[in-house]
Amino acid sequence: MPRLDMQAESLFEKLWNGHLVRPQTDETPAIMYIDLHLVHEVTSPQGFDLLREQGIGVRCSGRTLATLDHSTPTLPADENGQRPWVTEQASRQVQTLQGNCEEFGIELHGWDSPSRGVVHVMGPELGATQPGMTIVCGDSHTSTHGAFGALAFGIGTTEVGHVLATQCLLQNKPRSMRINLEGELGKGVTAKDLALHIINRIGMHGGTGHVIEYAGAAVRGLDMESRMTLCNMTIEAGAKAGMVAPDQITIDYLRGRPRLPEGEAFEQAARQWLQLASDPGAHFDQEISLDASTVAPRITYGTNPAMSINVGERVPTATSDSQEKALSYMDLRAGQSLAERPIDLVFIGSCTNGRISDLRAAANVLRDRRIAPHVRMLVVPGSEAVLREAEQEGLDELFRSAGAEWRLPGCSMCIAMNGDLVPPGKTAVSTSNRNFEGRQGAGSRTLLASPETAAACAVAGRIASFAEIKSDSKTTPEIT
Amino acid sequence: MRAFTALSGPILVLAEENIDTDQIIPARYLTVTDFDGIGEHVFADWRHDAEGELLTGHVLNKPRARKSPILVAGHNFGCGSSREHAPQALLDFGFRVVISSEIADIFKANAQNIGLLPVVLEAEQHARVLEMDGEEITVDLEHSRVTVQMADRAVQHWSFSIDPFARHCLLRGLDRFDYLSQAEPDIKKFEERL
Repeated sequence: MPRLDMQAESLFEKLWNGHLVRPQTDETPAIMYIDLHLVHEVTSPQGFDLLREQGIGVRCSGRTLATLDHSTPTLPADENGQRPWVTEQASRQVQTLQGNCEEFGIELHGWDSPSRGVVHVMGPELGATQPGMTIVCGDSHTSTHGAFGALAFGIGTTEVGHVLATQCLLQNKPRSMRINLEGELGKGVTAKDLALHIINRIGMHGGTGHVIEYAGAAVRGLDMESRMTLCNMTIEAGAKAGMVAPDQITIDYLRGRPRLPEGEAFEQAARQWLQLASDPGAHFDQEISLDASTVAPRITYGTNPAMSINVGERVPTATSDSQEKALSYMDLRAGQSLAERPIDLVFIGSCTNGRISDLRAAANVLRDRRIAPHVRMLVVPGSEAVLREAEQEGLDELFRSAGAEWRLPGCSMCIAMNGDLVPPGKTAVSTSNRNFEGRQGAGSRTLLASPETAAACAVAGRIASFAEIKSDSKTTPEIT
Repeated sequence: MRAFTALSGPILVLAEENIDTDQIIPARYLTVTDFDGIGEHVFADWRHDAEGELLTGHVLNKPRARKSPILVAGHNFGCGSSREHAPQALLDFGFRVVISSEIADIFKANAQNIGLLPVVLEAEQHARVLEMDGEEITVDLEHSRVTVQMADRAVQHWSFSIDPFARHCLLRGLDRFDYLSQAEPDIKKFEERL
């Protein structure tokens, strides 16, 4: 029986206690200091307006970092430098952020920056995301940064204004949950599959009001990009944040990144990061254990991320009106095999699965294969850095010769507000994070999966696993 | 922020569970740089057909929708994206209160920040109010309670819990920013330790 030590603190408690400008009382929330504020064009304009109304500046411009990602076209500018904006308003929104960053002295990774990227891909690449930090952004997938042992969560635009003005937020202490993931993920099973499995088990509001720490052998075995995928999807279970304690894998990922110190200063920081791990005996309001070795490649079939099955399983019977409605929206019947379902589009990208390891995984499936003739496939790197790395490895050529489109970095078809969208009634297999009704465009139907599975579906032209298309030598001869 | 003390009015029920912020306002309406008139796009894809024609039969397109200050929604309302455009659109459309048996964290914080009152009721009470579409109820923040008249005309008071500071600010129409900015000396002190 582990001793419940009142002095023992969890990773979350260490970060919570370490950032209190004022503690929470019975009448007032805590005032929490924010170490890093990430900003993008969609959720910030009205936040900057608060500064103008108050006649004040950004309190800590050095703790604020901006990028262009949501409304931005992923096709290049024409010969006159004109970008194919979806609307004038989208262009104006980006200009507004450019103007705001200039006016308030904020580092913006705009069109000319070699670091521009989807906000949750760019932050870690620059080493702006560091263990022990509090990180916020007007974006729910800010939970991604928890992979580094940061307390990172999404906020609304009013709060974006609060942080710009005061570098602080009013917060009530959330509850804590630890999910122990024992065992090892099987071959061909990814962090995306693990995340979909967890959300399916705890439900899409199973984490509401909680910060989740992922622990156990399966998490320790994940590389940083996989941990980011896992923490990214935490909000899909309703949780405020997901976290993984820093370890040697975290340190090795961060060493040498632009925003980090070098030499002994880095090693000293690294030693402190290792102290952040939850103490033995630390208290959690909820604790769950799952056996990661039983997780298989997963795919969603409904209209929320909790509605997932193993690839190859049949559509389950609806147990509520909302599930019934979801099946009807997706044009699926209980008991139906998903393999019968033709697909129209495949999207590889997003803050969930738009990193270099995700692109390599998709490329590995497409090597010496072609996508089905009726399928349109978009590959959208998560950042300029991912794009460069992929092009150096020849992945752009590989995707193009397989029949896919290679695009510029951005959120693209995950949120479908830049013109990249799934047409009404069409079915997409997507590596993004949400399969809500109309998420990828009005009337779109989304099935969420890992890059491996999504690429396999592109080849098969229907729902299929990588294992299945590997063995399907008649239509897809494997040359490697 | 407009103060909220109490109000009585007819409720509008959207009984679906897990109504996410992409439903409340689809992403293509997020390219705005202010929130003026954003209520026009609330539940845009529920209120229009594939050709963009208004579905006159939808409850949100009935004249009573704009006259209902209280939205009652199924379990886990406001999940998904952090877009404040969602509560802003509901507020601009005319709602002042959202009632559910569970409301997602970020949506709830956003709503409280802009003066849209989120009310979480017990499952049993929630189930009953879901059956009362169009009927008048009272939401009283001063006493943190919802008052309903049952079919047998008996009046019931249901208390709800709400974060005390959010309640304090809503009752007085106080902007939470003012409290934060008054903490400046403490923020400075904290920063000196960094």
